[in-house]
Amino acid sequence: MSRRVAITGLGTVCGFGVGAAELFDALVDGRSCLRPISLFDPAGFDSKLAGEAVESDGSAFSAKGHVPKSYRKAVKVMARDIQLAVAAANAAVQDANLMTRGIDPDADTTYPSLRMGCQIGAGLIASDTAELTDAYVTATADDGSGISYAKWGGVEHGKGMNRLTPLWMLKFLPNMLACHVTILHGTTGPSNTITCAEASGMLSMGESMRVIQRGAADLCFSGGAESKVNVQGFFRMESAGRLAPTGTADEGVDIVRPFDDTATGTILGEGGGIVILEELEQARARGARVYAELAGFASSQSRPGYPDGADDVGMRSAVTRALRDADVTPDDIDAIAPLGQGLLSVDTAEAGALNAVFGERASSLPVISLVPNVGNAMAGIGGLQVAAAAMAIERGVIPNRLHAGEGTMGIGGGSAEGVQPRCVLVLTGSWGGQNAAIVLKNAS
Amino acid sequence: MTGPRVVITGMGWVTPLGSDIDSAWSKLVAGERALRPIERFDAKTFATDFASEVPNFDLASFLGEERAARHEKSTINVKFALAAAEQAWRQAGLADGAVDPLRIGMYLGSGEGAPDFERFAKVCIDSYDEEAGALDTGEWGRQAKEQMIGWREIAQEPHSSLVHLAEEFGCRGPVANCMTACAATNQAIGEALELLRYGDADVMLAGGAHSMIHPLGMTGFIRLTAMSTRCDDPASASRPFDATRDGFVMGEGAGMLVLETLDHALARGATPIAEIVGYGSTADAYRITDMHPDGEGPSQAMIQALRMAGINPTEPGPDGRSPIHYICAHGTGTSENDRIETTAIKKAFGPMASKVPISSVKSMLGHLIQTAGVVEAIVCVQAIKTGIAPPTANLNTPDPQLDLDYIPNQARDLRDAGGIDVCLSNSFGFGGQNDTIIIKRYEP
Repeated sequence: MSRRVAITGLGTVCGFGVGAAELFDALVDGRSCLRPISLFDPAGFDSKLAGEAVESDGSAFSAKGHVPKSYRKAVKVMARDIQLAVAAANAAVQDANLMTRGIDPDADTTYPSLRMGCQIGAGLIASDTAELTDAYVTATADDGSGISYAKWGGVEHGKGMNRLTPLWMLKFLPNMLACHVTILHGTTGPSNTITCAEASGMLSMGESMRVIQRGAADLCFSGGAESKVNVQGFFRMESAGRLAPTGTADEGVDIVRPFDDTATGTILGEGGGIVILEELEQARARGARVYAELAGFASSQSRPGYPDGADDVGMRSAVTRALRDADVTPDDIDAIAPLGQGLLSVDTAEAGALNAVFGERASSLPVISLVPNVGNAMAGIGGLQVAAAAMAIERGVIPNRLHAGEGTMGIGGGSAEGVQPRCVLVLTGSWGGQNAAIVLKNAS
Repeated sequence: MTGPRVVITGMGWVTPLGSDIDSAWSKLVAGERALRPIERFDAKTFATDFASEVPNFDLASFLGEERAARHEKSTINVKFALAAAEQAWRQAGLADGAVDPLRIGMYLGSGEGAPDFERFAKVCIDSYDEEAGALDTGEWGRQAKEQMIGWREIAQEPHSSLVHLAEEFGCRGPVANCMTACAATNQAIGEALELLRYGDADVMLAGGAHSMIHPLGMTGFIRLTAMSTRCDDPASASRPFDATRDGFVMGEGAGMLVLETLDHALARGATPIAEIVGYGSTADAYRITDMHPDGEGPSQAMIQALRMAGINPTEPGPDGRSPIHYICAHGTGTSENDRIETTAIKKAFGPMASKVPISSVKSMLGHLIQTAGVVEAIVCVQAIKTGIAPPTANLNTPDPQLDLDYIPNQARDLRDAGGIDVCLSNSFGFGGQNDTIIIKRYEP
């Protein structure tokens, strides 16, 4: 009989702090963390709000407090994305009540290292613009017209490229999220880094699920993390027409309009969402808390979301196949957790697929929605979505939904009052048209 | 091995020795080397001023003017990917639309696009606040909007290859792009294999494209001192397994395979070119900069792949010869890789290690970074087709520590010895990912 996959630990980092309870409580309370940006001066951009990650006490986020003392020096070579992943992984391990060498290097670990895998989604991580600028200005052309290749490459000490720390590139290689997590927790099974924008996190979880099903590992760290809250990230996202202009608003909650024809774009958040996936029998045998079973997964490619808008053929296929993979019908689904980022091209495809699959029920199904609360955390959002859905199943509560404007795409009309979800469909479209759908089931 | 058999039905590549498989293959067999001073930008003062560039690349010569024009707004790696996919697609006979697009997936290991170095650097320089002695991020946003090109920034996202391939070939099935550095396309092939065995698709495009031959890509590896600095003699600079090796040489390119379940291929009358019979994936979980000296991770990746293929590595094969007829080594030409890969092969193969012919085509092509795996997979297929194992060029000073059969300088014609039926190909990524695949002659 095929092996089943349980979610036994949740680790999230976002604008509500570190830990899935922090995220879920904020969702239940209907809070939003989309506020004026502090990490850089957004004066040059039309979007001036974001959901910046914080510690649970509201102080500035750093991975330093989430790694063993011996590893703190390494935080210096971690871009923000990597720090989010490392902190989320640490929170997930603790939540799952697992012993790894990252928790105690001398203790016996719950699983042998080769039986643990790690699949983590990442984005195009921005190099540290301030650090690069500091080096560029030592290599300007004599006529002041920009960079001089000769000076950039030249071997003069402390100038041009020589001003960069030798490990410079490793601060922003996408695979460094998974690398640091594998090093910290000693996982030597299959390890991967998936880079498909918003779909990265859920694609990683789907792959982890298959890795465990086929017996290549018994446990996987899985999810993703990303921060596009920096000048390069903002420039790319604004160039792609994805960010809502925020004017002089000091809160973003009224600007993000999921599944609404009047939507003007999304707002970015920082996020890391890592879950512990574990073979169900072994999880039960060690007495682990099982939040939910990861029962179904599928992915697909749409016609890309830019420049002409996505279609919903791919998304529909992903949803249908994920339901089949979980051996459930649309009628078994109690709630849906689509991304709904407030970007018409992608939201339309998500709504189109949900309407096609659920028919009239689409408008009455309760929706678990995150982006108006935490922002679009790109590769980090899938982990947050799945963590929130798993919490909803475990606690038997669907959080309140923040929603500016009226849903006009037939999604989001359902009341969450008194609904105790047993089976939740989580899905996302993405910037490049990659789609992922996951079905979570109550495991009891 | 469970699940359906998976075969290759189409192949294409773009390499520094040419983009036609047979002619580039003849050059590899002849020991021709593609390493020369960089032409794409002025690297004269860089500590490494040479690389292995794809010469005279023109996408229109693959797609025709009209189709190529649709992809004008993409970086060179995406154009490489399109050219390689077109070859594979045609060879597989998919051009007539015979297969449901929802059953054709893509699993790529494509890298990020090259940064727009000059504009990016100039914006940074122009946003430097002399008084504060630091970057003014507010000014950066304004300068970026004036000077930088939006699409050129968006196009760097690592999902771009998927976007353009989806546009061109209409694939709508399961999808992912992974970035595990130099292991990426081996991992993409392996995961595509698993996806087909799971039954989630009938056909998968697997491969990827990457170019880090740009100022910041070279900067990153120069700062890490990972590349050869033999600027006075680029052609002989890539010296895998040689005692005088001093680092790898940067290459670029693309490779693409059409993978397909055997039954599906036969049913539609496609010709199986070779079979993928093994895949193994592990992580070192050691350091972000170094491989673990004990070689356990790479060795376990090989052992897993061999186990899947049903091959006992420590005994002669059924034909009385070595259990694997050729190993296409990762063989980067760094002191560390070649030593540890040798250790790992010995660990996996025991007494058989010295019997297996091993070579590194990176001695001739340079290191194609994320593309290395798929290009070397095609090398394995060519070795099976021709019965000839390509040489390790520039291997003139044996390293007393490295005592396996590295096929120095002269290709090995194995036709009289029974040909080449089964090959193993290694790819190891910076940060500790190890991926091995095994390719076998197709037998009905």
